[in-house]
Amino acid sequence: MKVLVAVKRVIDYSVKVRVKADQTGVETANVKMSMNPFDEIAVEEAVRLKDGGMVREIVAVSAGPAQVKDTIRTAMAMGANRGIHVPCEGELEPLAVAKLLKALMDKESPDLVIMGKQAIDDDCNQTGQMLGALANRPQGTFASNLTLSDGKVEVAREIDGGLEMVTLDLPAVITTDLRLNEPRYASLPNIMKAKKKLIELITPEDLGVDVTPRLEILNVEEPPVRTGGIIVADVDELLDKLRNEAKVI
Amino acid sequence: MAVLVLAEHDHKAIRPVTLHTASAAIQIDGEVTVLIAGEHCGAAADAAAKIAGVVKVLCADDAAYGHHLAENVAWLVKTLAGDYSHILAPATTFGKNILPRTAALLDVAQISDIISVEGPDTFRRPIYAGNAIATVRSSDPIKVITVRGTAFEAVAAEGGGAAVEVIEGTGDAGYSSFVGWELSRSDRPELASARVVISGGRGLQNSESFKLIEAVADKLGAAVGASRAAVDSGFVSNDFQVGQTGRIVAPDLYIAVGISGAIQHLAGIKDSKVIVAINKDEEAPIFQVADYGLVADLFEVLPEMMKKL
Ligand SMILES: Cc1cc2nc3c(=O)[nH]c(=O)nc-3n(C[C@H](O)[C@H](O)[C@H](O)COP(=O)(O)OP(=O)(O)OC[C@H]3O[C@@H](n4cnc5c(N)ncnc54)[C@H](O)[C@@H]3O)c2cc1C
Ligand SMILES: Nc1ncnc2c1ncn2[C@@H]1O[C@H](COP(=O)(O)O)[C@@H](O)[C@H]1O
Repeated sequence: MKVLVAVKRVIDYSVKVRVKADQTGVETANVKMSMNPFDEIAVEEAVRLKDGGMVREIVAVSAGPAQVKDTIRTAMAMGANRGIHVPCEGELEPLAVAKLLKALMDKESPDLVIMGKQAIDDDCNQTGQMLGALANRPQGTFASNLTLSDGKVEVAREIDGGLEMVTLDLPAVITTDLRLNEPRYASLPNIMKAKKKLIELITPEDLGVDVTPRLEILNVEEPPVRTGGIIVADVDELLDKLRNEAKVI
Repeated sequence: MAVLVLAEHDHKAIRPVTLHTASAAIQIDGEVTVLIAGEHCGAAADAAAKIAGVVKVLCADDAAYGHHLAENVAWLVKTLAGDYSHILAPATTFGKNILPRTAALLDVAQISDIISVEGPDTFRRPIYAGNAIATVRSSDPIKVITVRGTAFEAVAAEGGGAAVEVIEGTGDAGYSSFVGWELSRSDRPELASARVVISGGRGLQNSESFKLIEAVADKLGAAVGASRAAVDSGFVSNDFQVGQTGRIVAPDLYIAVGISGAIQHLAGIKDSKVIVAINKDEEAPIFQVADYGLVADLFEVLPEMMKKL
Protein backbone atom coordinates (compact mmCIF):
# COMPACT_ATOMS: atom_id res chain seq x y z
CA MET A 1 0.00 0.00 0.00
CA LYS A 2 1.02 3.55 -0.62
CA VAL A 3 0.17 6.48 1.65
CA LEU A 4 0.22 10.16 0.79
CA VAL A 5 0.58 12.51 3.78
CA ALA A 6 -0.03 16.24 3.53
CA VAL A 7 2.10 18.41 5.80
CA LYS A 8 1.80 22.14 6.32
CA ARG A 9 4.40 24.52 7.74
CA VAL A 10 2.80 26.76 10.35
CA ILE A 11 3.79 29.07 13.19
CA ASP A 12 4.77 26.81 16.09
CA TYR A 13 1.87 26.11 18.46
CA SER A 14 3.77 27.54 21.43
CA VAL A 15 4.28 30.99 19.86
CA LYS A 16 2.07 33.82 21.09
CA VAL A 17 0.91 35.16 17.73
CA ARG A 18 0.89 38.94 17.20
CA VAL A 19 -1.15 40.91 14.72
CA LYS A 20 0.82 43.26 12.45
CA ALA A 21 0.42 46.96 13.12
CA ASP A 22 -1.00 47.56 9.63
CA GLN A 23 -3.64 44.86 10.23
CA THR A 24 -2.79 42.89 7.08
CA GLY A 25 -1.95 39.67 8.87
CA VAL A 26 0.14 38.30 11.72
CA GLU A 27 3.83 38.79 12.40
CA THR A 28 5.86 35.95 10.81
CA ALA A 29 9.35 37.48 10.76
CA ASN A 30 11.71 35.72 13.20
CA VAL A 31 8.93 33.48 14.43
CA LYS A 32 9.49 29.78 15.07
CA MET A 33 7.85 27.62 12.38
CA SER A 34 7.03 23.91 12.69
CA MET A 35 5.03 21.17 11.10
CA ASN A 36 1.31 21.56 11.88
CA PRO A 37 0.80 19.31 14.98
CA PHE A 38 -2.06 17.37 13.38
CA ASP A 39 0.19 16.62 10.39
CA GLU A 40 2.84 15.18 12.71
CA ILE A 41 0.12 12.81 13.88
CA ALA A 42 -0.65 12.01 10.22
CA VAL A 43 3.00 11.21 9.45
CA GLU A 44 3.30 9.13 12.63
CA GLU A 45 0.24 7.08 11.69
CA ALA A 46 1.62 6.40 8.22
CA VAL A 47 4.99 5.37 9.67
CA ARG A 48 3.31 3.01 12.15
CA LEU A 49 1.40 1.39 9.27
CA LYS A 50 4.70 1.01 7.43
CA ASP A 51 6.42 -0.42 10.50
CA GLY A 52 3.51 -2.87 10.85
CA GLY A 53 4.06 -4.06 7.29
CA MET A 54 0.75 -2.72 5.98
CA VAL A 55 2.33 0.08 3.98
CA ARG A 56 5.19 -0.02 1.54
CA GLU A 57 5.74 3.62 0.69
CA ILE A 58 4.98 7.00 2.26
CA VAL A 59 5.06 10.17 0.17
CA ALA A 60 5.03 13.49 2.07
CA VAL A 61 3.59 16.51 0.26
CA SER A 62 3.70 20.18 1.13
CA ALA A 63 2.62 23.24 -0.82
CA GLY A 64 4.16 26.62 -0.14
CA PRO A 65 7.40 28.60 -0.43
CA ALA A 66 10.88 27.00 -0.51
CA GLN A 67 10.98 26.74 3.31
CA VAL A 68 8.28 24.07 3.34
CA LYS A 69 11.01 21.69 2.18
CA ASP A 70 12.17 21.73 5.82
CA THR A 71 8.76 20.41 6.81
CA ILE A 72 8.99 17.70 4.15
CA ARG A 73 12.47 16.79 5.50
CA THR A 74 10.99 16.46 8.98
CA ALA A 75 8.37 14.07 7.62
CA MET A 76 11.12 12.08 5.90
CA ALA A 77 13.18 12.02 9.09
CA MET A 78 10.14 10.55 10.83
CA GLY A 79 9.92 7.81 8.19
CA ALA A 80 8.41 9.08 4.92
CA ASN A 81 10.24 7.62 1.90
CA ARG A 82 10.14 10.60 -0.38
CA GLY A 83 8.74 14.09 -0.71
CA ILE A 84 6.91 16.32 -3.15
CA HIS A 85 7.18 20.09 -2.94
CA VAL A 86 4.56 22.15 -4.76
CA PRO A 87 6.03 25.66 -4.89
CA CYS A 88 3.46 28.41 -4.22
CA GLU A 89 3.85 31.95 -2.95
CA GLY A 90 1.22 33.91 -1.07
CA GLU A 91 -2.13 32.90 0.38
CA LEU A 92 -3.12 29.27 -0.30
CA GLU A 93 -6.70 28.38 0.50
CA PRO A 94 -7.92 24.88 1.42
CA LEU A 95 -9.74 24.51 -1.92
CA ALA A 96 -6.50 25.17 -3.81
CA VAL A 97 -4.54 22.73 -1.64
CA ALA A 98 -7.28 20.11 -2.10
CA LYS A 99 -7.04 20.54 -5.88
CA LEU A 100 -3.27 20.13 -5.80
CA LEU A 101 -3.62 16.99 -3.67
CA LYS A 102 -6.33 15.64 -6.00
CA ALA A 103 -3.99 16.02 -8.96
CA LEU A 104 -1.24 14.28 -6.99
CA MET A 105 -3.64 11.45 -6.10
CA ASP A 106 -4.24 10.95 -9.82
CA LYS A 107 -0.48 10.83 -10.40
CA GLU A 108 0.54 8.69 -7.42
CA SER A 109 -2.55 6.48 -6.90
CA PRO A 110 -2.22 6.18 -3.10
CA ASP A 111 -4.48 3.78 -1.18
CA LEU A 112 -4.77 6.23 1.68
CA VAL A 113 -4.27 9.97 2.10
CA ILE A 114 -3.64 11.00 5.71
CA MET A 115 -3.69 14.66 6.71
CA GLY A 116 -4.40 16.89 9.68
CA LYS A 117 -7.98 17.77 10.64
CA GLN A 118 -7.05 21.42 10.98
CA ALA A 119 -4.13 23.72 10.32
CA ILE A 120 -3.55 25.67 13.52
CA ASP A 121 -2.91 28.91 11.61
CA ASP A 122 -6.04 29.32 9.46
CA ASP A 123 -8.10 26.97 11.70
CA CYS A 124 -10.11 26.07 8.58
CA ASN A 125 -10.71 22.33 9.00
CA GLN A 126 -11.62 21.88 5.33
CA THR A 127 -8.86 20.49 3.14
CA GLY A 128 -9.38 16.74 3.77
CA GLN A 129 -13.13 16.92 3.24
CA MET A 130 -12.62 18.95 0.05
CA LEU A 131 -10.10 16.42 -1.24
CA GLY A 132 -12.58 13.61 -0.57
CA ALA A 133 -15.18 15.43 -2.65
CA LEU A 134 -12.84 16.29 -5.55
CA ALA A 135 -11.43 12.76 -5.71
CA ASN A 136 -14.92 11.27 -5.25
CA ARG A 137 -13.59 9.13 -2.39
CA PRO A 138 -14.85 8.56 1.18
CA GLN A 139 -13.53 10.51 4.15
CA GLY A 140 -12.77 9.59 7.75
CA THR A 141 -12.43 12.92 9.50
CA PHE A 142 -11.24 13.56 13.10
CA ALA A 143 -9.81 10.03 13.33
CA SER A 144 -8.75 8.63 16.68
CA ASN A 145 -8.21 5.07 15.45
CA LEU A 146 -7.61 3.35 12.10
CA THR A 147 -7.88 -0.36 11.33
CA LEU A 148 -6.95 -1.55 7.84
CA SER A 149 -8.29 -4.78 6.38
CA ASP A 150 -8.65 -6.00 2.81
CA GLY A 151 -9.55 -2.98 0.76
CA LYS A 152 -11.22 -1.14 3.62
CA VAL A 153 -10.37 1.01 6.60
CA GLU A 154 -12.41 1.25 9.78
CA VAL A 155 -12.16 4.68 11.37
CA ALA A 156 -13.13 5.79 14.87
CA ARG A 157 -14.14 9.44 14.57
CA GLU A 158 -14.14 11.98 17.41
CA ILE A 159 -17.56 13.63 17.24
CA ASP A 160 -19.31 16.03 19.61
CA GLY A 161 -21.25 13.30 21.38
CA GLY A 162 -18.40 10.76 21.66
CA LEU A 163 -17.06 8.41 18.99
CA GLU A 164 -18.48 7.22 15.68
CA MET A 165 -17.19 4.21 13.80
CA VAL A 166 -17.37 4.11 10.00
CA THR A 167 -16.00 1.75 7.34
CA LEU A 168 -14.58 3.25 4.17
CA ASP A 169 -13.53 1.65 0.89
CA LEU A 170 -9.96 2.40 -0.16
CA PRO A 171 -8.65 4.72 -1.41
CA ALA A 172 -9.89 6.97 1.37
CA VAL A 173 -8.98 10.33 2.88
CA ILE A 174 -8.29 10.41 6.62
CA THR A 175 -7.93 13.49 8.81
CA THR A 176 -6.28 13.08 12.20
CA ASP A 177 -7.46 14.08 15.65
CA LEU A 178 -5.26 14.45 18.72
CA ARG A 179 -5.88 11.00 20.18
CA LEU A 180 -4.80 9.01 17.09
CA ASN A 181 -1.21 8.60 18.31
CA GLU A 182 1.71 10.40 19.88
CA PRO A 183 4.19 11.45 17.20
CA ARG A 184 7.81 10.45 17.59
CA TYR A 185 10.75 12.81 17.57
CA ALA A 186 13.01 12.23 14.60
CA SER A 187 16.42 10.90 15.70
CA LEU A 188 19.59 12.69 14.65
CA PRO A 189 20.76 9.86 12.34
CA ASN A 190 17.34 9.86 10.68
CA ILE A 191 17.48 13.63 10.25
CA MET A 192 20.87 13.19 8.55
CA LYS A 193 19.53 10.42 6.32
CA ALA A 194 16.48 12.52 5.39
CA LYS A 195 18.81 15.15 3.92
CA LYS A 196 19.73 12.64 1.20
CA LYS A 197 16.18 11.61 0.36
CA LEU A 198 14.51 12.88 -2.78
CA ILE A 199 12.20 15.89 -2.86
CA GLU A 200 10.54 16.21 -6.23
CA LEU A 201 9.42 19.65 -7.39
CA ILE A 202 6.00 19.75 -9.05
CA THR A 203 4.43 23.12 -9.85
CA PRO A 204 0.69 23.96 -9.78
CA GLU A 205 1.01 24.48 -13.56
CA ASP A 206 2.39 20.93 -13.96
CA LEU A 207 -0.70 19.77 -12.09
CA GLY A 208 -3.03 22.05 -14.05
CA VAL A 209 -4.33 23.73 -10.91
CA ASP A 210 -5.27 27.39 -10.49
CA VAL A 211 -4.46 28.36 -6.89
CA THR A 212 -5.88 31.91 -7.00
CA PRO A 213 -7.61 32.70 -3.67
CA ARG A 214 -11.39 33.11 -3.59
CA LEU A 215 -11.43 35.10 -0.39
CA GLU A 216 -10.01 38.53 0.18
CA ILE A 217 -8.70 39.24 3.65
CA LEU A 218 -9.84 42.80 4.30
CA ASN A 219 -8.26 43.10 7.69
CA VAL A 220 -6.78 41.14 10.61
CA GLU A 221 -7.11 42.54 14.09
CA GLU A 222 -6.46 41.69 17.72
CA PRO A 223 -9.38 40.13 19.51
CA PRO A 224 -10.84 42.12 22.40
CA VAL A 225 -8.48 41.50 25.31
CA ARG A 226 -9.77 39.96 28.48
CA THR A 227 -8.05 41.38 31.46
CA GLY A 228 -7.59 39.50 34.68
CA GLY A 229 -9.87 40.40 37.55
CA ILE A 230 -9.26 39.91 41.22
CA ILE A 231 -7.82 37.20 43.41
CA VAL A 232 -10.20 36.09 46.12
CA ALA A 233 -9.01 34.85 49.52
CA ASP A 234 -11.11 31.76 49.97
CA VAL A 235 -14.16 29.76 48.91
CA ASP A 236 -16.51 31.97 50.95
CA GLU A 237 -15.39 35.11 49.17
CA LEU A 238 -15.55 33.37 45.79
CA LEU A 239 -19.14 32.19 46.32
CA ASP A 240 -20.13 35.58 47.69
CA LYS A 241 -18.74 37.34 44.59
CA LEU A 242 -20.43 34.88 42.24
CA ARG A 243 -23.77 35.28 44.02
CA ASN A 244 -23.85 38.98 44.78
CA GLU A 245 -21.44 40.73 42.41
CA ALA A 246 -21.47 38.69 39.19
CA LYS A 247 -24.90 37.20 39.96
CA VAL A 248 -24.14 34.04 37.99
CA ILE A 249 -25.10 31.42 40.61
CA MET B 1 -31.07 36.39 -1.73
CA ALA B 2 -32.03 33.06 -0.28
CA VAL B 3 -30.17 31.22 2.46
CA LEU B 4 -30.14 27.47 3.03
CA VAL B 5 -29.41 26.20 6.54
CA LEU B 6 -28.29 22.58 6.86
CA ALA B 7 -29.90 21.64 10.19
CA GLU B 8 -28.24 19.51 12.84
CA HIS B 9 -30.87 17.21 14.31
CA ASP B 10 -31.35 13.70 15.66
CA HIS B 11 -34.27 12.92 13.27
CA LYS B 12 -36.79 13.59 16.04
CA ALA B 13 -35.77 17.07 17.18
CA ILE B 14 -33.62 20.00 16.14
CA ARG B 15 -30.34 20.52 18.00
CA PRO B 16 -30.16 23.94 19.70
CA VAL B 17 -27.11 24.92 17.62
CA THR B 18 -29.38 24.94 14.57
CA LEU B 19 -31.25 27.90 16.12
CA HIS B 20 -27.99 29.82 16.45
CA THR B 21 -27.11 29.00 12.84
CA ALA B 22 -30.56 30.17 11.69
CA SER B 23 -29.90 33.42 13.52
CA ALA B 24 -26.78 34.05 11.39
CA ALA B 25 -28.84 33.15 8.30
CA ILE B 26 -31.50 35.72 9.21
CA GLN B 27 -28.80 38.36 9.58
CA ILE B 28 -27.70 37.66 6.00
CA ASP B 29 -31.20 37.75 4.55
CA GLY B 30 -34.83 37.16 5.53
CA GLU B 31 -35.45 34.26 3.12
CA VAL B 32 -34.32 31.27 5.16
CA THR B 33 -34.89 27.67 4.14
CA VAL B 34 -33.93 24.83 6.48
CA LEU B 35 -32.85 21.44 5.12
CA ILE B 36 -33.53 18.34 7.21
CA ALA B 37 -31.60 15.40 5.78
CA GLY B 38 -32.32 12.29 7.81
CA GLU B 39 -34.22 9.05 8.10
CA HIS B 40 -37.73 8.99 9.56
CA CYS B 41 -37.10 12.65 10.23
CA GLY B 42 -40.62 14.05 9.84
CA ALA B 43 -40.70 15.17 13.47
CA ALA B 44 -37.47 17.12 13.05
CA ALA B 45 -38.88 18.76 9.89
CA ASP B 46 -42.04 19.75 11.77
CA ALA B 47 -39.90 21.25 14.53
CA ALA B 48 -37.84 23.17 11.96
CA ALA B 49 -41.04 24.58 10.45
CA LYS B 50 -41.80 26.28 13.77
CA ILE B 51 -38.47 28.14 13.98
CA ALA B 52 -39.13 31.88 13.97
CA GLY B 53 -38.14 33.50 10.67
CA VAL B 54 -37.89 30.29 8.62
CA VAL B 55 -39.92 30.45 5.40
CA LYS B 56 -39.51 26.91 4.09
CA VAL B 57 -38.35 23.48 5.23
CA LEU B 58 -37.00 20.85 2.87
CA CYS B 59 -37.21 17.32 4.20
CA ALA B 60 -35.13 14.59 2.56
CA ASP B 61 -36.11 11.36 4.30
CA ASP B 62 -33.82 8.59 3.09
CA ALA B 63 -31.84 5.73 4.65
CA ALA B 64 -28.72 7.25 3.07
CA TYR B 65 -28.98 10.13 5.58
CA GLY B 66 -29.67 7.99 8.64
CA HIS B 67 -26.23 8.65 10.09
CA HIS B 68 -25.46 11.91 8.30
CA LEU B 69 -22.63 10.36 6.29
CA ALA B 70 -20.80 13.31 4.72
CA GLU B 71 -20.44 11.57 1.36
CA ASN B 72 -24.24 11.38 1.00
CA VAL B 73 -25.41 14.59 2.66
CA ALA B 74 -22.82 16.79 0.93
CA TRP B 75 -24.05 15.57 -2.43
CA LEU B 76 -27.69 16.30 -1.55
CA VAL B 77 -26.80 19.85 -0.49
CA LYS B 78 -24.82 20.32 -3.71
CA THR B 79 -27.83 19.41 -5.84
CA LEU B 80 -29.99 21.97 -4.01
CA ALA B 81 -27.38 24.73 -3.98
CA GLY B 82 -28.38 26.39 -7.25
CA ASP B 83 -31.38 28.04 -5.60
CA TYR B 84 -29.37 29.78 -2.88
CA SER B 85 -26.83 32.55 -2.46
CA HIS B 86 -25.64 31.22 0.92
CA ILE B 87 -25.41 27.77 2.51
CA LEU B 88 -24.88 27.62 6.27
CA ALA B 89 -24.26 24.85 8.79
CA PRO B 90 -23.18 24.89 12.42
CA ALA B 91 -19.42 24.69 13.03
CA THR B 92 -19.82 21.44 14.98
CA THR B 93 -18.34 18.07 14.07
CA PHE B 94 -21.57 17.57 12.05
CA GLY B 95 -21.21 20.73 9.96
CA LYS B 96 -17.42 20.62 9.71
CA ASN B 97 -17.60 17.09 8.34
CA ILE B 98 -20.16 17.77 5.63
CA LEU B 99 -19.98 21.36 4.43
CA PRO B 100 -16.39 21.59 3.07
CA ARG B 101 -17.30 18.62 0.89
CA THR B 102 -20.27 20.53 -0.51
CA ALA B 103 -18.11 23.61 -1.08
CA ALA B 104 -15.58 21.60 -3.09
CA LEU B 105 -18.36 20.01 -5.18
CA LEU B 106 -19.54 23.56 -5.96
CA ASP B 107 -15.96 24.74 -6.61
CA VAL B 108 -16.25 27.50 -4.00
CA ALA B 109 -14.31 28.33 -0.85
CA GLN B 110 -15.74 27.65 2.57
CA ILE B 111 -15.68 30.34 5.24
CA SER B 112 -15.22 28.45 8.51
CA ASP B 113 -16.52 29.31 11.95
CA ILE B 114 -17.84 32.85 11.38
CA ILE B 115 -18.49 35.00 14.46
CA SER B 116 -20.23 37.91 12.70
CA VAL B 117 -21.98 38.90 9.49
CA GLU B 118 -20.64 42.23 8.19
CA GLY B 119 -22.57 42.14 4.92
CA PRO B 120 -23.83 39.58 2.39
CA ASP B 121 -20.30 38.71 1.29
CA THR B 122 -18.23 39.80 4.30
CA PHE B 123 -17.74 37.90 7.54
CA ARG B 124 -15.45 37.83 10.57
CA ARG B 125 -13.75 34.67 11.79
CA PRO B 126 -11.09 33.82 14.37
CA ILE B 127 -7.73 32.48 13.21
CA TYR B 128 -4.62 31.34 15.16
CA ALA B 129 -6.69 29.94 18.05
CA GLY B 130 -8.58 33.19 18.31
CA ASN B 131 -5.44 35.29 18.72
CA ALA B 132 -6.46 37.23 15.63
CA ILE B 133 -9.79 37.99 13.99
CA ALA B 134 -9.88 38.14 10.19
CA THR B 135 -12.51 39.98 8.16
CA VAL B 136 -12.91 38.18 4.85
CA ARG B 137 -14.85 38.94 1.68
CA SER B 138 -15.89 36.20 -0.70
CA SER B 139 -16.03 36.57 -4.47
CA ASP B 140 -17.72 33.18 -4.98
CA PRO B 141 -21.25 33.02 -6.42
CA ILE B 142 -22.41 30.84 -3.52
CA LYS B 143 -21.12 31.49 -0.02
CA VAL B 144 -20.62 28.29 1.94
CA ILE B 145 -20.25 29.03 5.64
CA THR B 146 -20.00 27.30 9.01
CA VAL B 147 -21.26 29.28 11.99
CA ARG B 148 -19.86 29.44 15.52
CA GLY B 149 -23.03 28.96 17.53
CA THR B 150 -21.86 30.81 20.64
CA ALA B 151 -21.39 34.01 18.60
CA PHE B 152 -25.06 34.28 17.58
CA GLU B 153 -28.13 34.48 19.83
CA ALA B 154 -30.55 31.61 19.16
CA VAL B 155 -33.73 32.46 17.29
CA ALA B 156 -37.00 31.38 18.90
CA ALA B 157 -37.77 27.69 18.39
CA GLU B 158 -41.48 28.51 18.17
CA GLY B 159 -43.48 31.13 16.35
CA GLY B 160 -42.77 30.35 12.70
CA GLY B 161 -45.13 28.57 10.36
CA ALA B 162 -43.09 27.38 7.39
CA ALA B 163 -44.36 24.80 4.93
CA VAL B 164 -42.57 21.46 4.81
CA GLU B 165 -41.69 20.28 1.32
CA VAL B 166 -40.69 16.64 0.98
CA ILE B 167 -37.83 16.19 -1.49
CA GLU B 168 -36.18 13.17 -3.08
CA GLY B 169 -32.90 11.88 -1.72
CA THR B 170 -29.84 11.60 -3.92
CA GLY B 171 -28.94 8.07 -2.83
CA ASP B 172 -25.94 6.42 -1.27
CA ALA B 173 -22.44 7.09 -2.60
CA GLY B 174 -21.77 3.45 -1.72
CA TYR B 175 -18.20 3.73 -0.45
CA SER B 176 -18.72 4.52 3.22
CA SER B 177 -20.91 2.99 5.87
CA PHE B 178 -21.83 3.57 9.48
CA VAL B 179 -20.70 0.90 11.94
CA GLY B 180 -21.59 2.17 15.40
CA TRP B 181 -21.41 4.80 18.08
CA GLU B 182 -19.89 5.07 21.50
CA LEU B 183 -21.77 8.04 22.84
CA SER B 184 -21.26 9.56 26.26
CA ARG B 185 -24.59 9.56 28.00
CA SER B 186 -25.19 12.19 30.60
CA ASP B 187 -28.10 13.88 32.29
CA ARG B 188 -26.09 17.07 32.64
CA PRO B 189 -26.67 20.05 30.36
CA GLU B 190 -25.01 20.12 26.93
CA LEU B 191 -21.54 21.74 26.90
CA ALA B 192 -22.35 24.03 23.99
CA SER B 193 -25.51 25.51 25.50
CA ALA B 194 -25.00 25.24 29.30
CA ARG B 195 -25.28 28.41 31.39
CA VAL B 196 -22.55 27.19 33.71
CA VAL B 197 -19.55 25.04 32.75
CA ILE B 198 -16.98 23.61 35.14
CA SER B 199 -13.87 22.05 33.59
CA GLY B 200 -11.05 20.03 35.08
CA GLY B 201 -7.46 19.77 33.94
CA ARG B 202 -4.37 17.71 34.60
CA GLY B 203 -4.44 19.00 38.19
CA LEU B 204 -7.25 16.52 38.92
CA GLN B 205 -4.67 13.71 38.64
CA ASN B 206 -7.04 10.82 37.80
CA SER B 207 -10.55 9.92 36.74
CA GLU B 208 -11.49 9.05 40.31
CA SER B 209 -10.84 12.59 41.55
CA PHE B 210 -12.43 14.03 38.38
CA LYS B 211 -15.66 12.97 40.10
CA LEU B 212 -15.17 15.98 42.38
CA ILE B 213 -15.76 18.18 39.33
CA GLU B 214 -18.87 16.21 38.42
CA ALA B 215 -20.22 16.53 41.97
CA VAL B 216 -19.82 20.32 41.97
CA ALA B 217 -21.31 20.43 38.45
CA ASP B 218 -24.43 18.70 39.71
CA LYS B 219 -24.78 21.21 42.55
CA LEU B 220 -24.55 24.06 40.04
CA GLY B 221 -26.59 22.43 37.28
CA ALA B 222 -23.48 22.84 35.17
CA ALA B 223 -22.04 21.04 32.16
CA VAL B 224 -18.65 19.36 32.59
CA GLY B 225 -15.65 20.12 30.39
CA ALA B 226 -11.95 19.26 30.39
CA SER B 227 -8.58 20.37 29.10
CA ARG B 228 -6.76 18.35 26.48
CA ALA B 229 -4.36 17.08 29.14
CA ALA B 230 -7.27 15.71 31.16
CA VAL B 231 -8.68 13.95 28.09
CA ASP B 232 -5.31 12.59 26.96
CA SER B 233 -4.70 11.28 30.50
CA GLY B 234 -7.99 9.40 30.24
CA PHE B 235 -9.87 11.21 33.03
CA VAL B 236 -12.82 11.78 30.67
CA SER B 237 -13.68 11.04 27.03
CA ASN B 238 -12.68 13.16 24.03
CA ASP B 239 -15.96 15.00 23.61
CA PHE B 240 -15.36 16.85 26.88
CA GLN B 241 -12.35 18.73 25.47
CA VAL B 242 -12.81 22.48 25.44
CA GLY B 243 -10.53 24.62 23.27
CA GLN B 244 -9.17 25.49 19.84
CA THR B 245 -9.49 21.95 18.58
CA GLY B 246 -12.32 20.81 20.85
CA ARG B 247 -15.57 22.47 21.87
CA ILE B 248 -16.12 26.23 21.99
CA VAL B 249 -18.18 27.38 24.97
CA ALA B 250 -19.53 30.76 26.07
CA PRO B 251 -21.48 30.23 29.30
CA ASP B 252 -22.40 32.89 31.85
CA LEU B 253 -19.97 31.21 34.22
CA TYR B 254 -16.90 29.13 33.35
CA ILE B 255 -14.92 27.54 36.18
CA ALA B 256 -11.45 26.19 35.32
CA VAL B 257 -10.06 23.85 37.96
CA GLY B 258 -6.46 22.62 37.80
CA ILE B 259 -6.07 24.03 34.29
CA SER B 260 -2.98 26.12 33.47
CA GLY B 261 -4.58 28.22 30.71
CA ALA B 262 -2.70 27.33 27.52
CA ILE B 263 -3.58 29.43 24.42
CA GLN B 264 -5.36 26.42 22.94
CA HIS B 265 -7.60 26.07 25.97
CA LEU B 266 -8.32 29.80 26.25
CA ALA B 267 -9.43 29.80 22.59
CA GLY B 268 -12.47 27.80 23.65
CA ILE B 269 -13.56 29.88 26.67
CA LYS B 270 -12.75 33.53 25.88
CA ASP B 271 -16.35 34.52 25.24
CA SER B 272 -17.59 33.28 28.62
CA LYS B 273 -19.17 36.11 30.64
CA VAL B 274 -17.42 35.30 33.91
CA ILE B 275 -14.33 33.11 34.23
CA VAL B 276 -13.23 31.62 37.55
CA ALA B 277 -9.82 29.96 37.93
CA ILE B 278 -8.89 27.63 40.74
CA ASN B 279 -5.21 26.75 40.63
CA LYS B 280 -2.50 26.28 43.24
CA ASP B 281 0.10 28.04 41.09
CA GLU B 282 -0.38 31.81 41.29
CA GLU B 283 1.73 32.20 38.13
CA ALA B 284 -0.64 30.08 36.02
CA PRO B 285 -1.64 32.01 32.84
CA ILE B 286 -5.31 31.24 33.45
CA PHE B 287 -5.31 33.99 36.11
CA GLN B 288 -4.60 36.58 33.39
CA VAL B 289 -8.05 36.02 31.93
CA ALA B 290 -10.00 35.04 35.06
CA ASP B 291 -12.45 37.50 36.60
CA TYR B 292 -12.10 35.71 39.93
CA GLY B 293 -9.01 33.73 40.81
CA LEU B 294 -8.54 31.46 43.80
CA VAL B 295 -4.98 30.35 44.49
CA ALA B 296 -5.51 27.12 46.40
CA ASP B 297 -5.38 23.34 46.34
CA LEU B 298 -8.34 22.05 44.37
CA PHE B 299 -8.56 18.98 46.61
CA GLU B 300 -9.52 21.31 49.45
CA VAL B 301 -11.56 23.79 47.44
CA LEU B 302 -13.90 21.39 45.62
CA PRO B 303 -15.15 19.54 48.75
CA GLU B 304 -15.65 22.88 50.47
CA MET B 305 -17.62 24.21 47.50
CA MET B 306 -19.74 21.05 47.62
CA LYS B 307 -20.66 21.79 51.20
CA LYS B 308 -21.37 25.48 50.72
CA LEU B 309 -23.35 25.44 47.51
C1 LIG C 1 -2.46 21.24 18.11
C2 LIG C 1 -2.82 21.40 19.54
C3 LIG C 1 -4.16 21.54 19.87
C4 LIG C 1 -4.55 21.67 21.20
N1 LIG C 1 -5.88 21.82 21.48
C5 LIG C 1 -6.26 21.97 22.78
C6 LIG C 1 -7.64 22.17 23.12
O1 LIG C 1 -8.52 22.22 22.27
N2 LIG C 1 -7.96 22.29 24.44
C7 LIG C 1 -7.02 22.24 25.44
O2 LIG C 1 -7.38 22.34 26.63
N3 LIG C 1 -5.72 22.07 25.13
C8 LIG C 1 -5.32 21.92 23.84
N4 LIG C 1 -3.99 21.72 23.56
C9 LIG C 1 -3.06 21.46 24.69
C10 LIG C 1 -2.58 22.71 25.39
O3 LIG C 1 -1.46 23.24 24.71
C11 LIG C 1 -2.16 22.34 26.85
O4 LIG C 1 -1.17 21.35 26.82
C12 LIG C 1 -3.32 21.84 27.72
O5 LIG C 1 -4.41 22.73 27.64
C13 LIG C 1 -2.86 21.73 29.18
O6 LIG C 1 -3.87 21.16 29.99
P1 LIG C 1 -3.90 21.47 31.55
O7 LIG C 1 -4.01 22.92 31.78
O8 LIG C 1 -4.96 20.59 32.15
O9 LIG C 1 -2.50 20.86 32.06
P2 LIG C 1 -1.23 21.61 32.63
O10 LIG C 1 -0.75 22.65 31.71
O11 LIG C 1 -0.31 20.54 33.06
O12 LIG C 1 -1.80 22.37 33.92
C14 LIG C 1 -2.23 21.74 35.09
C15 LIG C 1 -2.50 22.84 36.10
O13 LIG C 1 -3.04 22.26 37.28
C16 LIG C 1 -2.53 22.96 38.41
N5 LIG C 1 -2.62 22.07 39.56
C17 LIG C 1 -1.97 20.89 39.77
N6 LIG C 1 -2.35 20.35 40.94
C18 LIG C 1 -3.24 21.20 41.50
C19 LIG C 1 -3.97 21.19 42.72
N7 LIG C 1 -3.87 20.19 43.59
N8 LIG C 1 -4.79 22.23 42.98
C20 LIG C 1 -4.91 23.27 42.11
N9 LIG C 1 -4.24 23.33 40.95
C21 LIG C 1 -3.43 22.30 40.64
C22 LIG C 1 -1.11 23.31 38.02
O14 LIG C 1 -0.64 24.43 38.77
C23 LIG C 1 -1.23 23.60 36.53
O15 LIG C 1 -1.44 24.98 36.29
C24 LIG C 1 -3.58 21.64 22.23
C25 LIG C 1 -2.24 21.51 21.90
C26 LIG C 1 -1.86 21.40 20.57
C27 LIG C 1 -0.42 21.28 20.25
N1 LIG D 1 -0.06 24.14 2.08
C1 LIG D 1 -0.31 22.88 2.46
N2 LIG D 1 0.53 21.88 2.13
C2 LIG D 1 0.28 20.61 2.51
N3 LIG D 1 -0.79 20.24 3.24
C3 LIG D 1 -1.66 21.19 3.60
C4 LIG D 1 -1.47 22.56 3.24
N4 LIG D 1 -2.51 23.26 3.75
C5 LIG D 1 -3.30 22.37 4.40
N5 LIG D 1 -2.80 21.13 4.31
C6 LIG D 1 -3.34 19.90 4.90
O1 LIG D 1 -4.72 20.09 5.20
C7 LIG D 1 -4.95 19.94 6.60
C8 LIG D 1 -6.11 20.81 7.06
O2 LIG D 1 -5.84 22.17 6.80
P1 LIG D 1 -6.99 23.29 6.87
O3 LIG D 1 -8.14 22.78 6.07
O4 LIG D 1 -6.35 24.51 6.31
O5 LIG D 1 -7.35 23.46 8.32
C9 LIG D 1 -3.61 20.23 7.24
O6 LIG D 1 -3.51 19.63 8.52
C10 LIG D 1 -2.65 19.59 6.22
O7 LIG D 1 -2.61 18.18 6.38
